[in-house]
Amino acid sequence: MARPAQVSPEVPAAQALSAPAAAPAAGVGGWFDDRAPVSGFAKKALRKAFPDHWSFLLGEVALYSFIILLLTGVFLTVWFKPSMAEVEYAGTYQLLHGVPMSEAFASTLAISFDIRGGLLVRQIHHWAAMLFVASMTVHMLRVFFTGAFRKPREVNWLIGVGLLSMGLVEGFAGYSLPDDLLSGTGLRFVDGLVRSIPIIGTWAEFFIFNGEFPGDLVIPRLYMVHILLVPGLLLGLISAHMALLVYHKHTHFPGPGRKDTNVVGGPLFPVYVAKAGGFFFIVFGVTILMGALMQINPVWLFGPYNPAQVTAGSQPDWYMGFVEGAIRIIPNWETHLLGTTWSWNIFLPGVGLMGLLFTGLGLYPFIEQWITGDTAEHHVLDRPRNVPTRTALGVAGMTCYAMFWLSGGNDILATQFGVSLNDVTQVMRVAVFVAPVIAFIVTKRLCLSLQRKDRERVLHGSESGILVRTPDGGYTEAHVPLEQEEAFILTQHHQPAALEPSVGTDARGVRRRGKRVGGLRVRLSQWYADGAIAKPTAADIADAGHHGEAADAVETTPPAGELSGAASSGKGEGH
Amino acid sequence: MRFLTSSRRHKAARPILVALALVLIGGLYAAVSPATNSSADDTTTTAQIAQGRQLFAVSCASCHGLNGEGLAAEGAPSLVGVGAAAVDFQVRSGRMPMANPLVQAPRKENTFTDEERAALAAFVASLGGGPSIPTEDQYTPEGLSEEAIAKGGDLFRTNCSACHNFQGSGGALPNGKVAPPLIGLEAIDIYEAMRTGPGQMPIFNGAAIPDTDVQAMVGYLDELHAQPSAGLTLGGLGPVSEGLWAWIAGMGSLVLFAMWITSKAARK
Ligand code: HEC
Ligand code: HEC
Ligand code: HEM
Repeated sequence: MARPAQVSPEVPAAQALSAPAAAPAAGVGGWFDDRAPVSGFAKKALRKAFPDHWSFLLGEVALYSFIILLLTGVFLTVWFKPSMAEVEYAGTYQLLHGVPMSEAFASTLAISFDIRGGLLVRQIHHWAAMLFVASMTVHMLRVFFTGAFRKPREVNWLIGVGLLSMGLVEGFAGYSLPDDLLSGTGLRFVDGLVRSIPIIGTWAEFFIFNGEFPGDLVIPRLYMVHILLVPGLLLGLISAHMALLVYHKHTHFPGPGRKDTNVVGGPLFPVYVAKAGGFFFIVFGVTILMGALMQINPVWLFGPYNPAQVTAGSQPDWYMGFVEGAIRIIPNWETHLLGTTWSWNIFLPGVGLMGLLFTGLGLYPFIEQWITGDTAEHHVLDRPRNVPTRTALGVAGMTCYAMFWLSGGNDILATQFGVSLNDVTQVMRVAVFVAPVIAFIVTKRLCLSLQRKDRERVLHGSESGILVRTPDGGYTEAHVPLEQEEAFILTQHHQPAALEPSVGTDARGVRRRGKRVGGLRVRLSQWYADGAIAKPTAADIADAGHHGEAADAVETTPPAGELSGAASSGKGEGH
Repeated sequence: MRFLTSSRRHKAARPILVALALVLIGGLYAAVSPATNSSADDTTTTAQIAQGRQLFAVSCASCHGLNGEGLAAEGAPSLVGVGAAAVDFQVRSGRMPMANPLVQAPRKENTFTDEERAALAAFVASLGGGPSIPTEDQYTPEGLSEEAIAKGGDLFRTNCSACHNFQGSGGALPNGKVAPPLIGLEAIDIYEAMRTGPGQMPIFNGAAIPDTDVQAMVGYLDELHAQPSAGLTLGGLGPVSEGLWAWIAGMGSLVLFAMWITSKAARK
């Protein structure tokens, strides 16, 4: 393999060993290889194994929608004027003729009505932005529920959390650029958030808006943030994310031959390159279709931002909806202290909730590791049911998020379902706390019963759907043993025991080395491991073989008149 | 002639002339004075009010009281001073008579004839002042310039969109009340609603928003709703419905595509 070392005169041996250096390679690849060692890398890269599961493509959706955002965003920058200078509109859209507005808004109208293809590109850009954040979110959920964040991928998880938060900032900045009534209302909201930060709030507001809201600089500043700063950060983080992905290689779902020490999947080239390439065009196609068929952010209907105006249905894009919801339902808590006002009603839901979400997400892998004491490397994914506590926590988190989200649309819920706005708000105040607990309990139970079902399947085989009538009139359903592959999948997981409390000293009173396992950690660990259904051991399975026959024998001789009971005991319910 | 000149000096001349003058003035006064243009018109109005009173007693008095004084027990307000326009609006939109006590009277089929509605309005107007039913030139947006209509848009966003949404799709208000959608309404509905302030809606009187501005707003809404949209409008509810569709149509179809792509695997 060609290495940079070949130019070093101190190691002639290495040079002699490297074949390409001896005879200059031919062809284009050779031309490159003589200058940079690409073909070796490319060969390796092309043979990268890529596991075959749809959920592995969610991250790709995020990547592709980002690329689409770059492409359409560049188009928009050609015509967009990031200026808050006031002009009188004289463009094509008659219903705003003569209305005073900022240049930013006027140029957004121009993109929409006077630039060929401009409206389409604006709509594609906006839909792609929604999909960008949505696909990052689902991708993250996939990683969470399958435990793909475990060692050695914690850092990549952190990068992912960073990407998601940057995605929110980027989307919000973009949403604010057109300076329409909704985006101005959104900015006003952020202005309130900033001001609610204790002590430095007012100062920070003046710093960001260059004076009192709205000032005349915030759009140019957000423009810089939106087309330079955050895209740069996103690009950097995405590169790091991909580099780590290549370095760690993919995880894979459990299956025979899939270990923590290998990756099983098709080679990247040619099948996956073709698939991934094709998928890019599918994502592009879907966003174009959405842009062409579905109206989004019709700023000409909202009109220019005017602090004296407001409209029903003022909401941010969906990814900020949970903050909006929290603000809508929090009671009006304020403290007045020494002539200062502490607006908890804005600070807690706004700054606090976002902080909580992203800190919680960032810390989760480390907290779980601490609780389970699991420091091993993992490349085989968990089936969510086999880690019931994590799965339940995830679903509880999603439920809580969803409740905040619904609260963000409380007015729409009220009008669409004909209920009272106040009732929705009251219900949500409770639901935000209660629904996650219910979700936790239900999910955990569901996981455990799925585990039980797996155990049954391994021990008794699958239902064949064939009812057998025995000579003496009994009915039974024949069970067939599982395929080896399935049996493997159902039993491959580890079931780590909870941590034991470690005593500070050993039997002879000598201080133990290593970390102490304290009471809290033990309790958390027990809570985490609680309830697991022991997976069948080899002995169980061997036993079950005989037991199955014995059971059949029992089942085949039901007392007369209990035929239906016998048939249903054949577990025929589930087909 | 002779007779006249001679009789002018007659003893009775003065009193007769005075009497004649009085009769003449009286007659003139009778002809000019508005109080006495009674005959035909007056009888229709009285008859209309009488008909209105009857209709009111049948359909409305159970809630509003026989004289429109309002019954606290029914939660129905006094109608003294609400004006003919309020009745015209409430009855034409089918809100009144309210069928059963709800948080807010919903729009429904109007079962009164135009004549009956006019009678009810006349009766309620007779209880005391209030805005009268507008004539067409007060509300029609005919002949407005583009700039006037654009100004109507600005007025709409300043005064109405907070409750009725930026394109009049409607919105929620506290305690189960809603500001209804303003789509497909008649110009007169909008005029009367503004002048009478039904339910939770504030009154926008002529001092605050003159008739020309109302016409501009009517014109704006008409044109706005006649505009082509940039694709499916998804309910015109703003970002909430957009977000919903991004997830359902966008993420939904992409996940299906992802499943399709990976299911067509070149199996190992
Ligand atoms: C079931 C009881 C009920 C009946 C019957 C009823 N109303 Fe009403 N009416 C109400 C209530 C309650 C309100 C207040 C509604 C609101 O604020 O939305 C009201 C409001 C009104 C108003 C608006 C008052 C204002 O301040 O603008 C008018 C006008 C009116 N009613 C006229 C009528 C007429 C005319 C009839 C008969 C055709 C009638 N109502 C029958 C209960 C009733
Ligand atoms: C405070 C909120 C509020 C504001 C501001 C407001 N409205 Fe309303 N509007 C309402 C409510 C509530 C109703 C329904 C009243 C009822 O049915 O009792 C209504 C009803 C109407 C209706 C009748 C709709 C129908 O279905 O018959 C019209 C028209 C209307 N409003 C126009 C306007 C216009 C034009 C403006 C601005 C000048 C405006 N509204 C401002 C709350 C508001
Ligand atoms: C680096 C690439 C990007 C560039 C150059 C870019 C550029 C722009 C420009 C110029 C606008 C204002 C024009 C208009 O609103 O019509 C805009 C709007 C917007 N951008 Fe971007 N953008 C980029 C990436 C992104 C990303 C990654 C997101 C989402 C997370 C995003 C979300 C938005 C949104 C929501 C709007 C408002 C669109 C609308 O008016 O409906 N953009 N962008």
